[in-house]
Amino acid sequence: MKKITTLLLAAVMLLPVMAAASGGAHLYKAPIDINDKESLRRGAKAFADYCYSCHSASFMRFNRIAKDLDMSEDEVREMMIHTRGKKGDPTKIGELMKVSMTDDYAKNAFGTAVPDLSLAARARGADWVYSYLRSFYVDPYRPTGFNNTVFPDVGMPHVLWSLQGLQEPVYKKVMHGDVAVEELEGFEQIQAGKLSRVEYDMFIADLTNFMVYLAEPVQVERRSLGWKVLLFLVVLFGFAYALKKEYWKDVH
Amino acid sequence: MGNLIAWIDDRFPLTKMWNEHLAEYYAPKNFNFWYFFGSLALMVLVIQIISGIFLTMHYKPDGATAFASVEYIMRDVPYGWLIRYIHSTGATAFFIVVYLHMLRGLMYGSYKKPRELIWLFGMFIYLALMAEAFMGYLLPWGQMSYWGEQVIISLFSAIPVIGDDLTLWIRGDFVIGDATLNRFFALHVIALPFVLVFLVIAHIIALHEVGSNNPDGVEIKKNKDANGIPLDGIPFHPYYTVKDIVGVVVFLFFFSVILFYFPDGGGYMLEHANFIASDPLKTPEHIAPVWYFTPFYAILRAVPDKLLGVGAMFAAIAFLFFMPWIDRCKVKSVRYRSGIYKTNLIVFCISFVVLGWLAMQPVTETITLMSRLFSFLYFAFFIVLYITSKNESTKPVPDRVTS
Repeated sequence: MKKITTLLLAAVMLLPVMAAASGGAHLYKAPIDINDKESLRRGAKAFADYCYSCHSASFMRFNRIAKDLDMSEDEVREMMIHTRGKKGDPTKIGELMKVSMTDDYAKNAFGTAVPDLSLAARARGADWVYSYLRSFYVDPYRPTGFNNTVFPDVGMPHVLWSLQGLQEPVYKKVMHGDVAVEELEGFEQIQAGKLSRVEYDMFIADLTNFMVYLAEPVQVERRSLGWKVLLFLVVLFGFAYALKKEYWKDVH
Repeated sequence: MGNLIAWIDDRFPLTKMWNEHLAEYYAPKNFNFWYFFGSLALMVLVIQIISGIFLTMHYKPDGATAFASVEYIMRDVPYGWLIRYIHSTGATAFFIVVYLHMLRGLMYGSYKKPRELIWLFGMFIYLALMAEAFMGYLLPWGQMSYWGEQVIISLFSAIPVIGDDLTLWIRGDFVIGDATLNRFFALHVIALPFVLVFLVIAHIIALHEVGSNNPDGVEIKKNKDANGIPLDGIPFHPYYTVKDIVGVVVFLFFFSVILFYFPDGGGYMLEHANFIASDPLKTPEHIAPVWYFTPFYAILRAVPDKLLGVGAMFAAIAFLFFMPWIDRCKVKSVRYRSGIYKTNLIVFCISFVVLGWLAMQPVTETITLMSRLFSFLYFAFFIVLYITSKNESTKPVPDRVTS
């Protein structure tokens, strides 16, 4: 029966390889490190400045960010909270990160409701977020003046254009058998922004890093608890195996 | 202590039960690796029930708040993330363990006389488990929950005459909605766990009545010593309890690796689309059922006609129920059976795994063609087995177990 075991194992191991072969659109690999708190704090600042006025993160609490990113509550309040509650008192630090923009307003302005970003990085993947935010280009046919190669005809305007500047896509012709297909080769800068290309990519990497954190705030704690549990189980295995050996020595 | 036990024994058969099921239940001494999965399945059931109880303390079965309540568990409930990942990883672990447990039964002929009822109870456990997983999968209320269930419930509409009314009755609404979520919650946390526990008890009582099979397929009760104890048997407790503890620790190691380092299972356990709240107006690009249903889904997709496809899918499970009567060979263990049977079983296992993979791929001509081929091979297992097993050329079976 070793044969069956081996074949099954081989089949199971092959599956991901086969699955990976059928890929989708090309994405840049996001250069992020979830343990880099400096990067996460820069990302949080970017999120607060550029995302968190239209986009909510309504499963997240402000003070969770303070706790996880080693910031004081006042720092987070200063950075993120610019709203007041119904009675006019400032939004509390323990509240969820909602926004005041309504879906109706958003539909009027952008043609669609603005998605909540709490879980965006988990739903789309870090590479997608990183690539998407780098792939806006000038398109006079769109109402916002911008289009995106990762998310064609997206409703969102390029809110980061002043940082990135303006760019146009460059296509190359690729032959698929007899058919010539245009494939994206890269982008050409047509107007400089406040940041250089490298600075912009790093800015987006920090932002992506923060959004990955935002999608699962517990992930660092999860991994650090993980190896302790595994270590415990290894030790327990030693005892369990010795116990089994001891009992079974009289079974022949 | 002795007095207390005597006091209880006068009123409740505690010692009697302990002896019958553990201390004086004689199991064959030659159990191998494959025999861990029965006790592991029992443990996973307990893990699921306990983690499930804690989840219900915070989960809200309400169309408007269900999705947010899961994120509340993940973020605001102390160690809620751990409980939730234990439960979601547990679902996958349950099916892995049960599939290996069933394969063990197929390899060593554990469904054969006198163990037909053990096998049937086991198959009903498997059915109840699929229903349990199916109901539970709706509860996170994400896009894949919503649309995956939509696809599966709509299968019932293929049934002639009553189909449409039946799906309406299952959903309690014209689309999946709050009513569906509420009833699936009730079935998932109360009805089906009851059924599962009842069936597991029946499965174990039936097993302990006839005794365990073993990798040699030898009946150990045929060779007893002067005291009526099987010569090849050892008391389940302490021998197999201490051995199973080793199995449990190894299992928990792999379980924890997934739990702490790959809780999404690469998008196969927690799908990416399920991190988007359910939206009846937006269909995800690619809907595939969760991995443990995929082999049957591939069979469904392989058949061009919807009704026949649904029929084939149910037949794929129904055939397994009849294994004790499809397999007419007297020899139990694969160790002493013919090359035809070994080949047949290996092809069956490969078909099952490949079908599972095929169902997760977007439909193309090649994929459909492959699905048909492997569906054919899946069913061919039972037909070939029925034809060849009656006069199979087997090897001589030893009188006693080999070590």
